[in-house]
Amino acid sequence: MPRFEEERLLDEDAGPLVRPYTVSGGRTTPTAAFDLLSLVRSTGRMRPSQLEAEQAAVLLLCHEPVSVAEIAAHLRLPAMVVKVLLSDLVEDGAVTAHAPEAALDPTDLNLLEALLNGLQRRL
Amino acid sequence: MAYSGDSESPARPVPTAIKLLVAGGFGVGKTTFVGAVSEIEPLSTEETITTASIGVDDLTGVGAKTTTTVALDFGRVTLDAGHTLYLFGTPGQDRFWFMWDELSDGAFGAVVMADTRRLADCFNALDFFERRKTPFIVAVNVFDDAFHYDPEEVRVALDLGPHVPIVSCDARDPRSATLVLVTLTKHLISTATTVAR
Repeated sequence: MPRFEEERLLDEDAGPLVRPYTVSGGRTTPTAAFDLLSLVRSTGRMRPSQLEAEQAAVLLLCHEPVSVAEIAAHLRLPAMVVKVLLSDLVEDGAVTAHAPEAALDPTDLNLLEALLNGLQRRL
Repeated sequence: MAYSGDSESPARPVPTAIKLLVAGGFGVGKTTFVGAVSEIEPLSTEETITTASIGVDDLTGVGAKTTTTVALDFGRVTLDAGHTLYLFGTPGQDRFWFMWDELSDGAFGAVVMADTRRLADCFNALDFFERRKTPFIVAVNVFDDAFHYDPEEVRVALDLGPHVPIVSCDARDPRSATLVLVTLTKHLISTATTVAR
């Protein structure tokens, strides 16, 4: 590929001009295990101003429990990058993470009733 | 600001996440469906998947493991204070089938969307969920220019047993899309009670 291939990407449709993995310091493996449905919440122990811009952006999104998938979508970052940022935030004590309940029983009638009632309320 | 003091107040319990999948061929309306039901704007993200062997592209000599980035849609519905529904649209392209395994883990059930103009596009999804024994229903997305088939005609064409509900829907309409999920949930309840007997 020619060297100016990069410049061609500076089109308005190109999206972010910083390569996604730059914000995670080039790391692609989070130190903690996160699922797309892991819910994270800020602990209130750190302020966004104490953090790097991307970590602060993550922190600002998780006052209420929010899924990894939503954070990734809002910040327009690949989920893996968000997972790396989150694992740093967990280590710093800035957020807590809750893995989805793996043992959730899909035939649990209480859960299915909650699902049915919740959906029917929206009709 | 709300940052101080948060840590002292007793945290509200984190809601239980219930996961449903929306599958089907490329362009069948999965993104539209997820967007119609979701209370948040339709979002999509990219997930990097490490897979032992994709089995699609021949990567001879590249090594046993490779990573692939896949775009996927998802939506959220708050059911009540303790339960949240997350909807995931599976990637439609066949070459991303391997990602379904990861997405299906922990999924309660699935909606397989079908377009009567291209019914064969949903065969992969049907096979997948039948193999995994994930309960599913079929939702025929009614496109304006498509011929309207009777659900039983679709059942025959898809070679589905009588136990699989088949409904028509307009994926653009929140009420219609929500009704599809209600049908799926009723199917899950009936499947669960049958299994328990």
